[in-house]
Amino acid sequence: MKTAGSEQNKLPQPLWLLAELTYSCPLQCPYCSNPVEMVNVKNELSTGDWIRVMREARAMGATQLGFSGGEPLVRKDLEILIAEARQLGYYTNLITSGVGMDEKRVEAFKKAGLDHIQVSFQASSEELNNFIAGTDAFQHKLEMARSVKKHGYPMVLCFVLHRKNEDQIRDILELAINLEADYVELATTQYYGWAFHNREQLIPTRQQLEHAEKVAKEYQDKMKGKMRIFYVIPDYFEDRPKRCMDGWGKIFLTITPDGTALPCHAARQLPGLEFPNVRDRSVEWIWNDSPDFNKFRGLDWMKEPCRSCPEKEKDLGGCRCQAYMLTGDARNADPVCDKSPHHKELVELVERVGSLAGTPEFEAKPLVFRSMKNSKKIMKEKSAATV
Amino acid sequence: MANPFSAEDIPVITPTFRLQWEQAQDCYVILYPEGMVKLSPSAGEIMKRCDGKTNITHMIDDLNNQFPGADLENDVYKFLEVAHENGWIRAK
Repeated sequence: MKTAGSEQNKLPQPLWLLAELTYSCPLQCPYCSNPVEMVNVKNELSTGDWIRVMREARAMGATQLGFSGGEPLVRKDLEILIAEARQLGYYTNLITSGVGMDEKRVEAFKKAGLDHIQVSFQASSEELNNFIAGTDAFQHKLEMARSVKKHGYPMVLCFVLHRKNEDQIRDILELAINLEADYVELATTQYYGWAFHNREQLIPTRQQLEHAEKVAKEYQDKMKGKMRIFYVIPDYFEDRPKRCMDGWGKIFLTITPDGTALPCHAARQLPGLEFPNVRDRSVEWIWNDSPDFNKFRGLDWMKEPCRSCPEKEKDLGGCRCQAYMLTGDARNADPVCDKSPHHKELVELVERVGSLAGTPEFEAKPLVFRSMKNSKKIMKEKSAATV
Repeated sequence: MANPFSAEDIPVITPTFRLQWEQAQDCYVILYPEGMVKLSPSAGEIMKRCDGKTNITHMIDDLNNQFPGADLENDVYKFLEVAHENGWIRAK
């Protein structure tokens, strides 16, 4: 142990390993949390690399393993990785759109020891689902959700909520009941990656939120003991920030498709990070010793108003990425906090969207869908703007 | 007490949960989608006996043998009720 003494000084364990196996995805959801720069990420880790990463993280205490992406089903070695992960003692979660899955593969995953499958839906209606996903996936998703249940997995259904589907909340929950979901995640859009790019088209109105919260509560009561429903208020509408990732380098370790290790999946955009890679370094060094993972650990990095705030240990100043995106400095308070001098800009944004939402002109602005083509286009625009 | 179990019942871990010894935590844990609950030493001893073969009477005898001097019956029923409420176990 490096530092003896108090709990706070003890190095935390990476309990959660998120393996983003690929940025390839047959879907094009405009709120994807993958970086808009994804076209620049090449050279995916090999099967052997992933197995080494899983072993090293497990030796450090990691218990939960998420196979994510992009769409993890794109990886042909997924069955091998699942089998290895389970044998190492991980609880294995597959986080998928369902596209690229068939009954046979669901069965093969079970044989390999997969513990849980989370299937995402884009909406409760076929038309909107397929519009948001950018592909005709709805019927297949229904079929796959039924197959997941048939094979005895616990099933999480995930719906990302935003202005275009928020009013479907009742139908969404009825769909979840119909598909016998064990857990429903009503995941409010978080404005990172593509979602940040599209946020004006995605931010819900206050009325929509109030309605959604009421309906979610109604179903939480109604389904108690049968189906667990998670609903979180979007933080743009709050006045205290979320305790992001439960703290920087505290429990969460993301490995991106090219082997870059991040304390959260949105952190790639932060300036001043060195981006250690599992090809060059051990997970142990990355987690314990790398400058990146120590950068915002603890409380010493904070500026005012966080530094002297009595609530700093509770929310840890919120999200570093959000602070950077909205204020230009990752060490600032997350502007979701009403003690931040930038908070009023967020309030204005939410109010402006609220007053314009539904007007034909405002709604006519098209969503930019997540695709390699659009990623390339955005990169080009960015570099043109900086020349 | 509205306990869901009686002495002859055989509790078994629900297939959608997993019980596992975690070296790094130095305790038994319950694993489920994207989550983990750490168990106290006594809760761990009870959960590992929810093997689908042992009825509650035998479970209590076994625990009393292993930890002599403590009358564990009430604690066992109390914990089984909580575990049942959380969906971790059910009667076989």
